[in-house]
Amino acid sequence: MANITKKIRTLFPQATFEGDENKPLVVIPNAQWHELAKALRNDPEMAMDYLVTIVGMDWTENLGCIYYLMNSVTDEVVGVKVLAEGTRQQPVIDSVADLWPVAVTYEREVYDFFGIIFLNNPDMRRLFLNIDWVGYPLRKDYDANPAINPVSTESERQTDFTDVYTRNEKGEVVKNEVRVFQKDDFVVNIGPQHPATHGVLRFRTAVDGETIKKIDVYMGYIHRGVEKLCEDLMYPQTLHYMDRLDYFSAHNYHHALCMIIEKAAGIEISRRAQVIRVMMDELSRIASHCLFIGTYCMDLGATTMLFYTLRVREQILDIMEKTCGARMTFNYDCIGGVMQDLAPDFVADVKALLEVLPKNIKEYNEVFTGNVIAKNRMEGVGVLSKEDAIAYGVTGPSGRASGWACDMRKHMPYSIYSELDFEEVLATEGDSMARFKCRLREIEESAKILAQLVDNIPDGEYCVKVPKMLKLPAGSWFQITEGCRGAFGLYLESDGSPKPFRLKIAPPCLPQAAAVDHITRGQKIADLITIGGSLDYIVPDIDR
Amino acid sequence: MEVTTKSMPYEAFKDNEYIEKLVDELRASGTNIVVGSLDKLINWGRSNSIWPLTFATSCCGIEFVSLGAARFDMARFGWEVARSSPRQADFMMVAGTIVHRMVPVFRRLYDQLAEPKYVIACGSCAISGGPFLKSYHVAKGIEDIVPVDVFVPGCPPRPEAMIYGIMQLSRKIKVERFFGGVNRKQKQEEFLAAHPVEGVKD
Repeated sequence: MANITKKIRTLFPQATFEGDENKPLVVIPNAQWHELAKALRNDPEMAMDYLVTIVGMDWTENLGCIYYLMNSVTDEVVGVKVLAEGTRQQPVIDSVADLWPVAVTYEREVYDFFGIIFLNNPDMRRLFLNIDWVGYPLRKDYDANPAINPVSTESERQTDFTDVYTRNEKGEVVKNEVRVFQKDDFVVNIGPQHPATHGVLRFRTAVDGETIKKIDVYMGYIHRGVEKLCEDLMYPQTLHYMDRLDYFSAHNYHHALCMIIEKAAGIEISRRAQVIRVMMDELSRIASHCLFIGTYCMDLGATTMLFYTLRVREQILDIMEKTCGARMTFNYDCIGGVMQDLAPDFVADVKALLEVLPKNIKEYNEVFTGNVIAKNRMEGVGVLSKEDAIAYGVTGPSGRASGWACDMRKHMPYSIYSELDFEEVLATEGDSMARFKCRLREIEESAKILAQLVDNIPDGEYCVKVPKMLKLPAGSWFQITEGCRGAFGLYLESDGSPKPFRLKIAPPCLPQAAAVDHITRGQKIADLITIGGSLDYIVPDIDR
Repeated sequence: MEVTTKSMPYEAFKDNEYIEKLVDELRASGTNIVVGSLDKLINWGRSNSIWPLTFATSCCGIEFVSLGAARFDMARFGWEVARSSPRQADFMMVAGTIVHRMVPVFRRLYDQLAEPKYVIACGSCAISGGPFLKSYHVAKGIEDIVPVDVFVPGCPPRPEAMIYGIMQLSRKIKVERFFGGVNRKQKQEEFLAAHPVEGVKD
């Protein structure tokens, strides 16, 4: 870290540094930003090739963005803060879409929420909200009066054009209209009501015969505005939204938010609570991957697999229900530990699960993995190279299937993961089959973690005392954890009040959806379902 | 009159007054012996084979998947034929949040369902907006968009609650008047009056 800070200091004397010395935030004016981004991206020693997220910010006096960049090998993270130029009516920042392809989508999100225009971004449309939406909802002065943006049953206005903002010779910002598709493209609409899009996602697909030319992913059919809602709630109240983003990673996301709040407030939690949290995370992972296998096989036509895999999932839900009292939205982790102690037969139940798991996995392999139809439909379909996985930020089992070692439990160990013995599942093929197999093998690794912990749950209190009115010191924190579907980033900024000033959620599924266009180009349209299913995105997680 | 299903005794239902009131209303002008008996026969068939539309936006949809799987097994009651096309479905289980952008799509799906059609609002989001009530982009309940027959509370409701909700729907179907009631054909003029098309005169 010190190395890269020194480099920035010598190359860019205008840059200043904020925050503590170990993890400083580089502050750079917009004029130098693109140059700095290029230098960081192409640094021969430690190229920051993975753009974790772009956090849009409204500090009331000015708007801006915080970029989090990461090196995919050494796992070093750099945060760069860029203030927007121009007036509040038209704030501008230079786009970095030419350096990281996933930035196209991230910048569209920031534009949608804050109205910051990114110069030279090839696709500067709104991402989640209608084109006629008035105002930018995450700005602090947003008028939430429902009369301004009423619920309408009329179909929303659609356009074939997108905007590209550039600077002309005089330095003025000009808007150019560009077609999303070519003029004579044949565009097929898939979704949002489609049984195989795993939720309400819509693909506008340009096809040439049966071959996909381009996909325009249309999101926002389940955008619920969680980030804005959190700004009006006390810290313990913000937690329960984490259950409803990626509802399969409910425990993992809860864990992540609890950890970042505990880190900010300086709360130490007991060893028992940590073990319980990790066990619940791993149980969720198994349940999530089981459901993935079931629904994915169903997408490919093997309906019976769903019944086999849900058998294991129901067994896990029973374990969780006994302890947490719910089948899906558990709301179990809380600031300071967990809500209540483990159910008396938790240990016995987990052991029973571990006993049946190997038999079940063997059965899945016999029924499906070795099947010749499954092989033909999955092998070599939707290949994502390692470089592209990093450039698009496709993390989790989908990224690891392309050979990118990105398991945050290994690379940025949190909680007690550094003490545990488990393998990071990697493959090299990068096709749908590899993504499927990676998840299958991850179930085994999670079972291994559970087996290590089940007999070693220490005694102690399950929750430490935390003040009811929790206030965090002013400052900002960023953290990446591993959800069931990949790297889950959280950015928290506090101004010292009992409510978060900004809580940015960087979900793993958004980059996966953004990569669909890249992966499916040139593939057959029938394989779109195979590829989309194998990426395993959850739409409420994309849209938040 | 006791309106019940084969799988659950009458006393086990919690809101029998409501269904009795509905029966009284329908029977107020008396029942024709021939048509009434035919109604009964057809409704017996209809209430035991209501097909849902595969429509899920978020968490509740996953519980609906569990409902279809072996443990809760909605096939026991004749509801297992989940259709992906609204034209083949009888009812719509609105499982999940409905947001601004989804409202026109949702309304169109409802319009595409063939009569007689029913809607179950499943989960607190569909009922009132639920935890997202204060959001700028969430519709505050689907009752303003489409008529709702049954509300199933929960976040998400357990599969058992969903079974109970659909059973209530099938009880409702049992007492309806089919001939001259729900099966009434809508005239073209009536349909166009209810669904005006911009720029087109009737």
